[in-house]
Amino acid sequence: MKFKSTYTLLILSIVLFLCLILNISLGSVSIPLNDVFLSVFGNSDNDSWQYIIRHYRLPKAFTALIVGSGLGISGLLMQTLFRNPLAGPFVLGISSGASLGVALVILGSGIFGGTLASLLISKWSLVIAASLGSFLVLLAVLLVSSKVRDTMAILIIGLMFGSITAAVVSVLSYFSSAEQLQQYIFWGFGSLGNLTWNEVVILFCIYLFGIVITISSLKALDTFLLGENYAKSLGLNVKQSRMMIIIATSLLAGTITAFAGPIAFIGLAIPHMARQLFNTSSHKVLLPIVFLLGAIIMLLCDCVAQLPTSDYTLPINAITSLIGAPVVVWLLVRQRKMVF
Amino acid sequence: MANSAFKHIIQIKDLDIGYKTKSKTYRVSEGINLNLNKGELIAIVGANGIGKSTLLRTLATIQDPLKGTILLNDKPVQSYTASELAKTMSLVLTEQLMSKNLTVFELIALGRQPYTNWIGSLSEDDIDIIENALQQTNLTDLSKRKCYELSDGQLQKVMIARSLAQNTDLIILDEPTTHLDMYHKAYILKLLQRITQTTNKTILFSSHEIDLAIQLCDTMVVMTEDAVVTNTPCKLIEAGVFEQLFPKDLIAFDQNTGRFIVKK
Repeated sequence: MKFKSTYTLLILSIVLFLCLILNISLGSVSIPLNDVFLSVFGNSDNDSWQYIIRHYRLPKAFTALIVGSGLGISGLLMQTLFRNPLAGPFVLGISSGASLGVALVILGSGIFGGTLASLLISKWSLVIAASLGSFLVLLAVLLVSSKVRDTMAILIIGLMFGSITAAVVSVLSYFSSAEQLQQYIFWGFGSLGNLTWNEVVILFCIYLFGIVITISSLKALDTFLLGENYAKSLGLNVKQSRMMIIIATSLLAGTITAFAGPIAFIGLAIPHMARQLFNTSSHKVLLPIVFLLGAIIMLLCDCVAQLPTSDYTLPINAITSLIGAPVVVWLLVRQRKMVF
Repeated sequence: MANSAFKHIIQIKDLDIGYKTKSKTYRVSEGINLNLNKGELIAIVGANGIGKSTLLRTLATIQDPLKGTILLNDKPVQSYTASELAKTMSLVLTEQLMSKNLTVFELIALGRQPYTNWIGSLSEDDIDIIENALQQTNLTDLSKRKCYELSDGQLQKVMIARSLAQNTDLIILDEPTTHLDMYHKAYILKLLQRITQTTNKTILFSSHEIDLAIQLCDTMVVMTEDAVVTNTPCKLIEAGVFEQLFPKDLIAFDQNTGRFIVKK
């Protein structure tokens, strides 16, 4: 049993490494594999190839790795916490909060008008607006969850926040120009490629913090599998653990959404894939598998999204669903039984 | 006094139980006084809605008492820290497990959580204790099976094994025999009796199997509208307590056989 899971982890790690190489070597400019390695580890003769690899493809690959694994893990946390196989990283209203922040900046700028508008819509202002938006929603959810005993109530409150922000966004859209709407919709497509190394480092630091909290909550997560009353009887401080899990999810999903836009599906589907493929609910086993699977799937989706050797880049948000949804359906049909 | 304190695992004084909302208090049962001895198998019986589960949930600190004190090993149960309590009292509840995608071994291993380190890795001792719990409940052959593959009776045994692995002085079970057939009802209660006899643990459970409880328990707690009475089953029969359990129009208690009989 133990041997088998170590074996699986090893294979998945190798697959992840191969996907990383595949992801870096594919793009609108075709670069020979040999030069890809030279550009990463040493010096390639071709300066422009080296520049593309080091400043465009590598940060994008790392972003994909962080986004895929981070969203997968926060989905796992939410599904366990809410005892609900339909929960994902965004059930707490995190992505709605981010959307609202971005909508206010892009769509609201017309209303606040003038020169201020053009200043506002830089990339950083979008990141800050998205972070602020998801942070405020998180704060509201945390406040509520410290008062409410029932975890299901938190789920519904998260959904309500989502409805409210959707309503505000549609009111803003009504008063916006076509150009602004297009910009907002483009943000909603999600994007992995816009990050500089500095931004990747910031994203990674917050991501790491979220992962550390997750690892420290592993024992609590397993206990939650029994339900809250049993968890309490096993000496678990339910309120505190619940709070830690919510904070970890918000850090992971919140920052990822801020930098890469709302990326659908990964958070919901990866934990199911992990459970279906490895037939376990023990979080100590699931966490590394979800990490690896999330990163692998995200890198593959990104490879497809750039349509190798063409100049077009498809919206990553659409690709994740197009590729991921059939996989989950296939897994469920094959097993004929949902394990949760 | 010191002697009697040593004997009792639970002492309940003037306890009111029920539910409190902002505007209203629902008192399910009030003025409960009980002393429960260590190392015994104790059943709580009573009609539906009389407050058996509420009493157990209050003892387990899942809900707060409205009034009164509960002493567990001579210490107010409210003053226990979560981890102290987890090492003194374990629970088997009626609620469904959230996930049954765990093996029998993994589920029982969760009973070791109060003792394991921050990441929950099992030591040699922990594994010995789990193996022992598997043996006591006759589950060794099933240890690698998933919980969703088990019958209700097997799952109940697994939950009991989990509470054994938690290694507590007191085990509280809320209606452990519901959904089980007659054989497995007897099997589970007999198992509980064997545990109290071999391990010196105290087991407190609520049940509707009054005739089985009369045969197997050391002490019974009978909850009626008017009072909560505790004594050995024989004394309770002599005192005619069981006659007052239910309305008298349909069933009557037969003192000779110790069971209820439907009126013709």
